[in-house]
Amino acid sequence: MFDDLTDLYQQLILDHSKGPRNFRVLPDANRTAQGTNPICGDNYTLYAKVDGDMVKEISFQGSGCAISKASASLLTESLKGRTIAEAKNLFNKVHDLVTTGNLDGDVGKLAALAGVHKFPARVKCAILPWHALMAAVEGKGETVSTETEKELS
Amino acid sequence: MAQPLILEPEIKLNTSASSRRQTQPVAWAYLREDFPILDQKVHGQPLLYLDNAATSQKPRAVIDALSRYYERDNANVHRGIHELSNRATAAFEAARVRAAKFLNARSADEIIFTRGTTEGINLVAAAWGAKFIKRGDKILLTEMEHHSNIVPWQLLAERTGAQLVFLPINGDRGLLDPGQLDEFLTSDVKLLAMTHISNSLGTINPVAEYCERARQRGIVTLIDAAQSAGHRPLDVQQIGCDFLALSAHKMCGPTGIGVLYGRGERLEETPPYQGGGEMILSVDFHRSTWKQAPHKFEAGTPDISGAIALHAAMDYLDGIGRDRIAQHDLELGAYAFEKLAALKGIRLFGPPIGRAGLVSFLLDGVHAHDVVTVADQRGVALRGGHHCNQPLMKKLGVESTARASFYFYNTTEEIDRFVEVVREIKKFFGT
Repeated sequence: MFDDLTDLYQQLILDHSKGPRNFRVLPDANRTAQGTNPICGDNYTLYAKVDGDMVKEISFQGSGCAISKASASLLTESLKGRTIAEAKNLFNKVHDLVTTGNLDGDVGKLAALAGVHKFPARVKCAILPWHALMAAVEGKGETVSTETEKELS
Repeated sequence: MAQPLILEPEIKLNTSASSRRQTQPVAWAYLREDFPILDQKVHGQPLLYLDNAATSQKPRAVIDALSRYYERDNANVHRGIHELSNRATAAFEAARVRAAKFLNARSADEIIFTRGTTEGINLVAAAWGAKFIKRGDKILLTEMEHHSNIVPWQLLAERTGAQLVFLPINGDRGLLDPGQLDEFLTSDVKLLAMTHISNSLGTINPVAEYCERARQRGIVTLIDAAQSAGHRPLDVQQIGCDFLALSAHKMCGPTGIGVLYGRGERLEETPPYQGGGEMILSVDFHRSTWKQAPHKFEAGTPDISGAIALHAAMDYLDGIGRDRIAQHDLELGAYAFEKLAALKGIRLFGPPIGRAGLVSFLLDGVHAHDVVTVADQRGVALRGGHHCNQPLMKKLGVESTARASFYFYNTTEEIDRFVEVVREIKKFFGT
């Protein structure tokens, strides 16, 4: 029982939720998107500076639970300097990881999100910033909601 | 400034069961044996169910009433001549009479079966409101209302051009100021709709006083009794409201059924809510006539088994005594509040004394969802979120809270275990 909890709240997750990286507004961002979870009120804004095909800078602001905040923080660390195609690829890998626990290839620190899959109610928390990211890099600039994610079990 | 809390006078029930128990303490822990679901382990720990404000658990008597109906009496009501239909109709209408007695309504004709509190409020907004609320009218609510007592009025206001006005609460203590009421009861207010007990603050509102003052000005009143029905005696004549809505599932009954009480004269002036079978007298291709209340508000085959099981739930609750349940609620609420208040780095919501049996809280630096996830791993079922109170959460400056809500089968020993788990959570997150 405690193993599941410590899998979910790994030290890296707790560290990123208490001291999130790139937690600021990006003044020269040319892509932004908001992600909200209407069930619990989690609310994040993703800022990205995209140059051609490249995510040059990325940051976020907002509030929510430890899982969503750590996921957003890890996202910003993982995506800086990546191409949009790589970002989409990483989204798919993270989606698999938090829904099934299966790790396809090396995702670096993001592997810390693996414990989420044992907590179906928390999958939405982990994936929320990633939905916002996809909306941002695809230039949709809209608010995405976890309610677009099907109930996962 | 702290406001004095005005509690309604307790209403003594005349049922033999409760009067018999007046002199003897209720063995609350013993009642747990009536609830099969409570006897289980969750994540390897004994289940500690503290999400009763979301839905209560069901006693064996209610579960048995449901299966007995389907095993012996199931038939459609009000239309058959055969034996089973007669039995089903008699049991369904007996449930209506029982609900009238439960609420001390003047007549069973004042009892409408709905899907729950939400549908009851929507019925009043859609049927009564559409006829009587006009452009420029005001609908008075409070800042502590559940979404189900806000959104139906927003929809009505959009359709009619009416305006919503909210009675303020005094911050985290979550009390209304009765001294402010008169300035809000202006001549353009046509309806006061308010909750009896706040589902996230635990505030018990002095609804009888509010209804009386509204009524003096000819303002129609609706009480959301979702959190109070089954937790304390309810007397619609003593409260003096025009409408009162409740849900069976929060008071030991099944999901999908509730009661809307409507004062006779209000129901008479209110047009039908939905059209269909059961509610009509005669139907022509272009025109129909309908029955009197309550049947004109009950289109289609009703939740027959639900009403019958609700009857069993009301009997069960009055067997214990709702006055005793209210006292136990007060004791558990005060005990939990006091124990949590002794912790460092905790923010508590709602009045410290005279509160209902629920406590909302936030731990410094820990999100409510994380609190609930860890508690669940310890077998403790809490609720975390905005509790369908988003405007209230905004007013309090928070996104969500964690909430422990009690019922009569909970004990002070369980609250001790819950508080111990909260300590563990604080330790786990290093706060």
